[in-house]
Amino acid sequence: MAKITFITTDNESIELEATSGSVMQLAVDNDVPGIDGDCGGVCSCATCHVHVKPEHMEKTGEASEIENDMLELDDHVNEYSRLCCQLEVSEALDGLVLQVAESD
Amino acid sequence: MSLNFSKDKICVVIGASHAGVNFAFSLRKEGWEGRIILFDKDPVLPYHRPPLSKAYLTSADAIDKNLLKSAEAYDKSGIELSLGVTINTIDRVAKHVVLSDGRLQTYDTLVLATGARPIIPPIKGLREASNVFTLRTANDVERIRKAMSTSVHKKVVIIGGGYIGLETAASLKKLGASVTVLEREERILARVTAPEMSDFFEKLHASNGVEVLTNKNVVSIAKQANFNQVMCADTTSYEADIIIVGVGVHVNVALAEQVGLDIANGIKVNEAAKAATDIYAIGDCTSHYNPHYDRFIRLESVQNAVDQAKIAAAAICDKKPVYNSIPWFWSDQYDIKLQMVGLSTGYTKALLRKEEGTQIKFSIWYFKNDELLAVDAVNNAKAYVLGTKFIKNKTKIDQLKLVDPFSEFKPAALMIK
Ligand SMILES: Cc1cc2nc3c(=O)[nH]c(=O)nc-3n(C[C@H](O)[C@H](O)[C@H](O)COP(=O)(O)OP(=O)(O)OC[C@H]3O[C@@H](n4cnc5c(N)ncnc54)[C@H](O)[C@@H]3O)c2cc1C
Ligand code: FES
Repeated sequence: MAKITFITTDNESIELEATSGSVMQLAVDNDVPGIDGDCGGVCSCATCHVHVKPEHMEKTGEASEIENDMLELDDHVNEYSRLCCQLEVSEALDGLVLQVAESD
Repeated sequence: MSLNFSKDKICVVIGASHAGVNFAFSLRKEGWEGRIILFDKDPVLPYHRPPLSKAYLTSADAIDKNLLKSAEAYDKSGIELSLGVTINTIDRVAKHVVLSDGRLQTYDTLVLATGARPIIPPIKGLREASNVFTLRTANDVERIRKAMSTSVHKKVVIIGGGYIGLETAASLKKLGASVTVLEREERILARVTAPEMSDFFEKLHASNGVEVLTNKNVVSIAKQANFNQVMCADTTSYEADIIIVGVGVHVNVALAEQVGLDIANGIKVNEAAKAATDIYAIGDCTSHYNPHYDRFIRLESVQNAVDQAKIAAAAICDKKPVYNSIPWFWSDQYDIKLQMVGLSTGYTKALLRKEEGTQIKFSIWYFKNDELLAVDAVNNAKAYVLGTKFIKNKTKIDQLKLVDPFSEFKPAALMIK
């Protein structure tokens, strides 16, 4: 079981729990504003962009090449950016805090 | 305050897939306080279609791993889902729809999100043949998986070399089938891409052991005791335990026709996805005027379904949105990810940019003279996002630098100042 907190662009904090699936799916199932997941989780849409809380980067690891490339020209990208469809829920993510990125 | 924010209003949506479902949630977000009722004849909780021919087909997952939204999400947003219900009639004067069980549902605003359905070509013997499938619904996948698991020889013939046919070929190959794709045109993907891409995908399938044959016009199918014999106009024939038909779609416009909406390759809508007074249409079933390409187009893509859904929701809530998206699409086959942006129709020149290294990684850039129309990127998300930016901004590009793999792949390095 992992507890994951999303902070929306309106600064609302949404705390959710899951045991499996992707972090994007968790957000979409709970209607977290700003996470759309249009492509279903295959790195094709970039509508699941989040910023990992800097001190939690260890939990998630760095973005993969395709995530970086998809976000390269995004106005809101930074070194903590991830496409959260690429984050698989597991114990390791327990306590994770994610800021939903603004969309262009 | 506008009447559209009244609790007494009812918005009825016909079709609960990518367009209808996204519309319903967007409408709520835009502030609509009345009822939102989604109807779909498909009894399954709405799901993502793209994975049906890709990862979902090869997985053992049940459809609940592939849903657009969880059941709770509809509840939470007060969206009523009425599944397994077909709408057969619309009465525009009385402002109600007639359900398959004869009940009436009134509406104030009606949204048509009826999508499209697979074409069943008039091939002699097709209806009598065994194990013939199309691929559009969760139920189709269930039936294909079952046929695959019980088939001894797993010989599959796929009629049609479009994206769905090719993705299905790759997926069934992965499940252990021997697969032959029969394409009527002289190259696969002929309607949607340049010869260079067709060539690439033909070779890709060949190298993965899938037989892709072109100029193969299937004329008849003869059912034998244990298999089907698929016959082509050139007198060749192919054995098939399983036949997948992927030759394109018919747009679902019967309801729109019934009420006299303007139809030309889809339901004609304006820049706000409006088809007529109190009626909107979104997604695969529409033909919209695209300001960027200056013509009417009908798209079959998640992007178009989602974007038009948002536009219609905003328009109903009295915003003045204008649909002006650049189309994008993707296809996953084997370990190849194709990402497309723009529309290449009418291009005069296709330029290849190949990245250095051993990995397959390239992009094709379609120009009409010096205007960039579209980009097809293979394992190259960077090219895809660059192309998106350039097309949106109508940026003029240095074509010599573009094709030089040593020139930096960045906006500043490629644009003409
Ligand atoms: C196998 C496959 C792979 C695909 N891959 C991709 C891809 O990689 N990328 C991409 O962008 N797009 C892809 N697409 C296309 C994408 O899925 C469609 O563009 C999208 O589903 C369109 O959504 P829609 O809601 O407009 O229409 P549809 O998804 O067709 O939904 C229409 C719905 O309306 C319902 N309906 C119709 N008439 C009635 C009626 N009278 N009463 C009740 N219900 C009715 C239908 O049951 C259906 O559920 C793929 C499609 C398929 C089938
Ligand atoms: S869901 Fe599309 S990129 Fe993550």
